[in-house]
Order: sequence, then structure tokens, then C-alpha cells
Amino acid sequence: MKERLREIEELALNRLKDIDDLKELDDLRVKVLGKKGELTAILRDMGKLSAEERPIMGQVANEVRSKIEEGIQSRKDYLSNKEKKAKLEKEKIDITISSNTKILGHRHPLLATIDELEDLFISMGFDVILGPEIETVDNNFDALNSPENHPARDLSDTFYITEDTLLRTHTSPVQIRAMRELGAPLKMVSAGRTFRFDDVDDTHSPMFHQLEGLVVDENISMANLIHTLDIFIKELFGKDMKTRYRPHHFPFTEPSAEVDVSCIKCRGEGCPACNFTGWSMELLGCGMVHPQVLENCGIDSEKYTGFAFGMGIDRITMVKHGINDIRLLFENDNRFLQQF
Amino acid sequence: MLLPVQWLKDYIKTDKTARELADGLTLSGSHVESIYSLNKGVENVVLGKIVSIENHPNADKLVICKVDIGEKEVQIVTGAKNFSQGDCVPVALEGTILPGDIVIEKTDFRGVESNGMLCSLKELGYNDNVISKENKDGIFVFNEEFELGSDVADILGLNNEVIELEITPNRPDCLSIIGMAKEASATFNIPVEEPEISISHEEDHISNYLEGIEVESDNCNRYYAKVIKDVKIQESPLWLQRKLMEAGMRPINNIVDITNYVMLEYGEPLHAFDVSKLEGRKIIVRQAKEGETLVTLDNAERKLIDSDLVIADENNPIALAGVMGGLDSEITSETTAVLFEGANFNPKSVRLTAKRYNLRSEASNRFEKGIDPNLASLAVDRCCQLVELIGAGVVVGSSIDVYKEKNEKKTIALRPDRANKLLGLNLSVEKMLDYLNSLGLESVLEEDLIRSTIPTYRLDLDIEADLVEEIGRLYGFHNIESKPLTGVLTRGHKPYEKIIEDQSKSILSGLGYNEVMTYSFISPKAYNKINLPEDSKLRDYIKLINPLGEDYSVMRTTLIPTMMELLSRNYNRGVEIVYAYEIGNTFKPNKDSVDNLPSEEKVLSIGFYGEGDFYSLKETIEILLNRLGIYGTEYIREENNSTFHPGRTAKLLLDGYELGTLGEIHMDVCENYDIKERVYIAQLDFDKIVELTNFEKKYKTLPKYPAMNRDLAVIVDEEVLYGDIKNIVLKHGEELVENVEIFDIYRGNQIPEGKKSIAFSIIYRSYERTLTDNEVNQIQQAIISDLENNLDAKLRS
Repeated sequence: MKERLREIEELALNRLKDIDDLKELDDLRVKVLGKKGELTAILRDMGKLSAEERPIMGQVANEVRSKIEEGIQSRKDYLSNKEKKAKLEKEKIDITISSNTKILGHRHPLLATIDELEDLFISMGFDVILGPEIETVDNNFDALNSPENHPARDLSDTFYITEDTLLRTHTSPVQIRAMRELGAPLKMVSAGRTFRFDDVDDTHSPMFHQLEGLVVDENISMANLIHTLDIFIKELFGKDMKTRYRPHHFPFTEPSAEVDVSCIKCRGEGCPACNFTGWSMELLGCGMVHPQVLENCGIDSEKYTGFAFGMGIDRITMVKHGINDIRLLFENDNRFLQQF
Repeated sequence: MLLPVQWLKDYIKTDKTARELADGLTLSGSHVESIYSLNKGVENVVLGKIVSIENHPNADKLVICKVDIGEKEVQIVTGAKNFSQGDCVPVALEGTILPGDIVIEKTDFRGVESNGMLCSLKELGYNDNVISKENKDGIFVFNEEFELGSDVADILGLNNEVIELEITPNRPDCLSIIGMAKEASATFNIPVEEPEISISHEEDHISNYLEGIEVESDNCNRYYAKVIKDVKIQESPLWLQRKLMEAGMRPINNIVDITNYVMLEYGEPLHAFDVSKLEGRKIIVRQAKEGETLVTLDNAERKLIDSDLVIADENNPIALAGVMGGLDSEITSETTAVLFEGANFNPKSVRLTAKRYNLRSEASNRFEKGIDPNLASLAVDRCCQLVELIGAGVVVGSSIDVYKEKNEKKTIALRPDRANKLLGLNLSVEKMLDYLNSLGLESVLEEDLIRSTIPTYRLDLDIEADLVEEIGRLYGFHNIESKPLTGVLTRGHKPYEKIIEDQSKSILSGLGYNEVMTYSFISPKAYNKINLPEDSKLRDYIKLINPLGEDYSVMRTTLIPTMMELLSRNYNRGVEIVYAYEIGNTFKPNKDSVDNLPSEEKVLSIGFYGEGDFYSLKETIEILLNRLGIYGTEYIREENNSTFHPGRTAKLLLDGYELGTLGEIHMDVCENYDIKERVYIAQLDFDKIVELTNFEKKYKTLPKYPAMNRDLAVIVDEEVLYGDIKNIVLKHGEELVENVEIFDIYRGNQIPEGKKSIAFSIIYRSYERTLTDNEVNQIQQAIISDLENNLDAKLRS
């Protein structure tokens, strides 16, 4: 009997080696270990054995059974792994193909730049304040100390709605509104549309954009202005950017300065874009708020001082993205917008 | 402003290079835009004397010249004929490279060898607009003697450098070489040497030439005149011509050149009249009379108006004051007596006149910024001195000076600690005094105050802050050490509406829309293009007084035209699909406003073509509003909006408030914009959206009990809206209906003409228990009979 058991074991294990699919494997299991299987049939004869032989034979039979079970299991693992592997192999796809079914919209590069600048100033403690596009002559010129005879006031420079109202030529009137409504201390920026009587060409547009900032408090100095703008410029264009403050003239600030920034293209080395000066010229205008402007807004110019700065967003956007024609910003060509 | 470096160095002794001067001046406030020279590095152009001129044997238009260049004679063939034997001319020898990369080589001209080229001023690098009439055509002929063979680049100053400056409008005193010398003096701490003005000989008396000067108009504060007799009009000496050309002006004749030279030198525009042309021997400064005319130097007849200030003789205007002289009193070769005018005119008057006639000149540019009236006499006297120097005439004794309001020196007080506080510096009082004195502001310390006496030419200095700027710019803003803001810590705020705007933009981006930006002003014709009826209140727009053409002449009351325009532009450029949105202002007259300002209302404009339909537009709006916490919108059919398709347009309502319109654009409007595709546009009141936005989100328990799904299909009239069906379902389902979703609309086989089948599914769920078939069936039954009774619906089996 023992021999028969060993024979079954050997036969089964030998056959396992040739089995190549799970169905056949299951057939084998039923044939050997099933209720009507070969091993079960032999065990049925166990009753005929002597009481001494029975446990010994039982042990052998169990050994044989578990050996065969193990064999089947390991063959099963082998086969199912092989099958998975084949499946994976078969399911290989061309990963260089793209589907392009999900489309994400694009922000307008100029408006995105405004957001970026505003967020930067918010992080530095500035409030963002909004103002109207149509303004009074008072807010846009008079209160800002613009001389009565200033050419900017001409019909050939500024769009007028009536004698007293106009399309704002800069975002500075928002500062006047803020100073009059909120008083000092004040720390604000304001960005938006501005208008000047300029024919459309590659660098001019009758509508353009500015961002201006204002800080009014006790003991505000030119050194504070420089510190604030330096942080801002390095955040915007990179830590390696240098600034250069040059005296200039604006009616609403005294002293006034213009700020040159290292050429964005060559980072200051000198290239055709910066006329080999290494500087991107006139990126910002700034200065200490003219005492008359503070007084015009009901702020005591002896107690408080302030600084103000302003920049053209169109130019900054163009410099940042290497856009060479301002008209692209207003044409809204989809192929342009999708680049940002 | 052009600053020839050699000329500058007449007044300040320095060996600084042009670049060093430019860098320093830029940082002290005179922004240098460029440095250039006429012809950097030209060599081998020498002075030669024409020894002989012979006709070319084989070419009628050419001549063969023998030219003595000192050490030898060279043979040159040329086509020019404006010179004679004995003239001295510039000769470019073999190997010279002239501007425009012209290389001079030995050349054979029809059998005759030419060993160089005789040059015109243009060929040597001068700009057309500074070359005098005499020298415009042909070879330049020297009017002075120089050694043969000398370097022409040296004689003409071809390698001299010129600094181009941007002078800010508050510093007209810097629109002069001496003004810039003073700036350079303060910047580099080098003393400035101004010319000493003196007239060595005068004879006769001005009253023999001029009866008098009457200044009738308030627009003239000063009029100073001197007369020159025995004038010999001729070309100016080369040094004078050269300086004018370097500074960008064209030499005319000796008298006119002198006035231009002094204007460039001192910044005071001057004019010279031919005394013999003054009728009544009078100068009257007055406003023009309506209807008067004047032929100006540029040979154009100007119709004058009474806001023009003119210089007149007894009968007629003879010059537009400060802008341009008249042709009749012009200096000509016959002129024998000249009146030099040094005047001070009202900047505004000059500016308006110059602008009106489009006659911006070196003179008007200076007058309109304001000039120290004390300069008038100084400059005229300087002219007289130059007349003597170059022998252009004899100065007549005495002068006439009408000077109304004398410009006196003023003093400004400065608190040194205030200056330090404003600049963020810690400068000593001595240092401040040094800076101020170096600018010619005589400054002394009196107790704690600096008192500065301001020279009359510094019209820009008025208040303490002005002096602070002077100190700051000489110290150098670039040298100020930056200091952080200190004080109470604050956080920056973004206005609430901006936050909603940002959110909306993110949502629309996520839905595939590109952000666009269009002008606030549009053409009034746009209202016809979008088919707005004549009486539409959107046509109540605000007009600009002075638009940049009709296309930009009215403030928009709707964003539809600019959206259509950009969609059309894209469509016609072949872009297949465009999804766009803009958040922008519309403008409405507001009669109640205190400051006469109109009201500005923010509108969200959404538009697309190439893909999608009404439902995609509606879906966009629903997703946007829901994300902003706005629910309960209602869409009602809008048939009477002529911009839109009558059957595919809806008004969006919320609690009865009209939030906007959405729909397909009418095919007529699409035609007007050349778009042959269906276009969908929505206009939403963004201010209202901001008001309604609610970011508060409350958690609702997740469902514990299963849902039950029932599908229904009903046949109804074409006219019946799905919305009506849905309302009936919701009415009967009450809280138990979780959702109703349409999944099919079918017309055709088995459905009678004029009817449609609508299939939808209803999802029932309770949050408290598992629903039974029985109760759901009861609701279903109620829904079905309601649909049958009220919408004449037939259940489809």
C-alpha cells in the first residue's frame, strides 16, 4: 500500500511539470485528490489494515496528500504569474500618444501679472484698493499737484467725458481717494486700466495698465522706499536683479526718482535689448509724496511723510514674457492666450 | 537735448570721458539716453586743394581733378562740379571707410584712374537736417585756410562725442550747454567758467532805428532789444557752424547762427528781425486780431486767432511770439541792420500756439517750459559780443528794455534734520551746505536753519522739499542705504469683490475658458452690429469729447460687441474653437452722482464658438454659480432680444432679480461679424454675483439608506418644457426626491408629429429610513396623473 501511495505521489508530481493551464491543473487535482480521486480510493482501503499499520499508513498518506497539494499550489502560482505577465505584456500601449480631451483655460498674461503683483504687495502688508476708470479732473490732476498748464491735461493727451470728468490717465487718483477717505497711516496699492491719447502701434495703446503704491506714515523716508521696491523687484524678476535709482521729476512727488532694473534679458551684462547699458530703463517711477498732495487730501504734511511708486504693467508683462508688440495684449488671439 | 562734449568742456575743465560724464550726469538727474559721434574712427580723410580740373575724355558727366594733399598730388575723378580750382575740400584716400561701410579704393573710371573720393558733409557722416543749404549738394568746400594734408576728422570734429539727454520738464535751464555745465560742475565738483560778456565798441543810437517797443499783451513779461548796423550777411565761420551742427541745428547765416548759438549756450530763444522791414519802425507785442494772417518762415500762411501772441510792426504781425518768425522780416543777404529780440513769453500761450500750428521748435520747446526773464538781456548782449567776434556788423548804442515783473532771487529755508528724515540719511549740515553751494544756491546756516538764496534761473525750486531733492540727488539716490519699513505690523487685504473675481476666474479656467481683455470704449456702430433696437436703454451711452476716432468713441454699456469682435478676429484667422470670458466694466450715466461721475458696473461676459451649445453655456453658468454658493436660479425663455436667437435664449433670474442673459447669437449678428458658426454668449451682472456669493459650507450627513431609481418616459407637445415636468416631479416628491435627470429626448418613429418623448430618471432617497416600493409607487402615480392632467402627457410604455 505504501508503495502505491508513493507511486501516486510520484506520478502526480511528474505530471504537474507538464501542465500548462489552470483548467488542466484543476482536473488533476480532482483526479488525484477529489472525492472520487485515486488517493481517496486508496484511503478507503485503510480500514482493511491492521491497527498497528493504520497510523503508519495514515501518516504516509497525509504526507503524500500534502506533498501533492503543495505541488499543485506551487504550479498554480507559477501558472497564474505567467498568465498575469502575459497579460501585462499584451496590454502594452504607445505612451507617446496624448489624448488632449481635457482643456484648461488660460489666464490673460497681463491680468495674471497684475494678480501676481498685488499678491506680492499684499504679502508685504499693502491693501489692494480699487477705483473707477472715469475720474474727476480734481482727483486725476488738481489734487496731484499737476500744474494747470501741464501738457498732460490737453485734449491731445487725455480723453475727456466732460470738462470735469475724464478717463483716468494713471491709477494715482485712487491714492487721492484713499488718502481722503482713509487718511493716514496708509499702505496701499491700486492697479487697473488707464487711458492716454496715443494711437495704436507696437508700443502704444490708448488703453494700458498701471499699478501704483503708496505708503503714508510718520517717519517714512526715501530709504524705506528703496527697501520696499528692491524687495518687490527681486521677488518679481529674481534675486540677482540690481536696481538703480535716478533723480527724475513728477509733479506729485518731491524728491522724485526713476528706477532702472538690470536688463531682464542679459541680467546686466549688456546686450542689444538694453542698448548695451545693462539696464532696463524706466521700469518704475517713484518718490516722496509732495507735501502739497498730502495737504490736498487733508493729511498733515509735517506729521506724516510718504512714498509713492508706479509702473506700467503692460511693459512689465511684455518684458517678463518677451512680448514685442503691445497690440497682442488686446487682440485676444487664442493662439497667443494659450501660451500663458 | 544734445550736448556736444567738446562744447561743454569750454566751460568746465575736465578730462573725463564722455562715458564718465554721462554716467555721472545720469545719476545726478540728467538722464543720458545715448552717446554718439558723427563718424567714430574715420581716418585718412585729408584736406586737399584742387590744383586742376579737366574734362574726362570719355564721360561728359565726369571731371578729372588733380588735388594737392601736402606731400603729393593725387588724381581723382568725380561727378561733382560745385568747386573751382584753388578750393580746399575733404579727400578720402584709398583705404578709407566712410559711414555706410563705403570703402574707398583705386578705381578705373572709363580708362582714367581715380585714387580717392572728394566728400560731401553727408558722406562724412552729417545728418541731412543739419547740413546748410549751401552745403547740401556737392562736395564740401572749406571757407577757411588749413594746412594741406591735415586730418579732416580733426578739423570738422568728426570724432567728437555728443551726449543725448532727457531733460525733465521742470528743468528748462538745463536745455542749454551752460545749464548742463552747471549740473556737471555740481556733479563732479569742478568749477564752471561762464563767458564774460562785454561789448567793446558801440556807435550810433538805437532810437535812430526804432521808435519804440510797446508791450500790450500780458503774455509778454519782458522784451529786450538791441540793434546791429552795417551787417554783412555771410556764412558763419567753420567753428560756429560745426558747433551748431553737433548740437543738431542747421547753419543758416552768420546772424541767425549767432541767435541759435546763444540759445543753445544759454537756453534763451532769440530772434533776429531785418530792421528795414519794420513798418513804422515799431515793435508791438500784442494778441493777434481774428482774421489776421502771417506767412511764417516755413512759407506757410497762418490764419491767426486772438489767443496767438504776435510780434507786430505798426501794421502787421511779423512773428508768432516764441514760435516762429515771419517770412517778411526774415534776415536775407540784403539785410544791413538787424534787431535782436530777447523776450520772455507766457509758457502756456507759446505752448498752445505752437501746438495749434503744429510748429514745435527749439524755441517754443524752451519757452513753454518757462525761462528766467533775466536771461533775455544777457543773451542779446552775448549775441552782440559774437557779432563783434566774427565781424558780422557794428553794435548800435543803447537798448530798449520793457520788463514788467522782475524775477528776483528768493530764499528757501531748510531744516537739516527734516532733510535727513525724508531721505533716510544722516548727513552733516556742512555736507548739505556744500551740495547746495555747488549748485550755485548760496546757502548759509542761521541758527538751526539753512537759508538758500536761489538763482533766478532755477524756476523749479520753491519749497523745502525741493532743496531736499537737490541734496539727495547730489548725494546720489543710488547711494542711499535701504531701510525696512518699521512700525505696527499690518496684513494686506484684497477687496472682497476681487476675491470673488479670482474664484470665478479659476472656475472658468477649469472649464476651459481663456481670459480675454478688451477696450472700455467702443464704436457707437457696434450697437447696430449687435442689432439693438433704437430705443434700447443700452444705447444710452457716454461719449468722449475727444475720441481717438469713432472706433473708440463711446464707453461700452455691454460687453457683447467686444466679445463678438474678438471671436470674429479669431474665427477669421482660422482658429477652430474659442472659449473666452472677460470680467469688465460697463458705464452708465448717473444723474444722481455728486461728482458727475457715471456709474461703473462690472459684467461677466462669456462667449464661445466651434464646440458646445446652449446647454454647455448654461452648464458653465450653473457650475460657476453653484461653486460660488448661489443656488435656486431660474431660466425663462427670452424671445424678444434681437441680438439673440429667439428660440435659444434665456433670461437668468434669481428670486425675481434679473442676473443676466444667455443664449445663441442671432444669425444676423453673426453675419455682421463675419462668423459662419453658431456663437454662444452670456452676460451676467457680476456686481450682483459678488453680492450673492456665499462661501459658507455646512456639512450634511452622508446618506445611510439606499436610493431608489425610477425611469419615466412621457410623450408631450413640442411646446412643453422639461422644466415644467421637473417642477411637477419635485412638487410631489417633496424631500424624498434627491435628483431628477433628463436622459433622452426622442422624436420620430412611433411619436406623433408635433410631439416629443422625454425620458428622465427620478432618484428617491430618505435620510431616515429605507423607502418602500409602495410609498415610491404612490408618489410615482401622483406624478404621472399630474403630468397627464396638466401637461397632457402620455406615459410611454
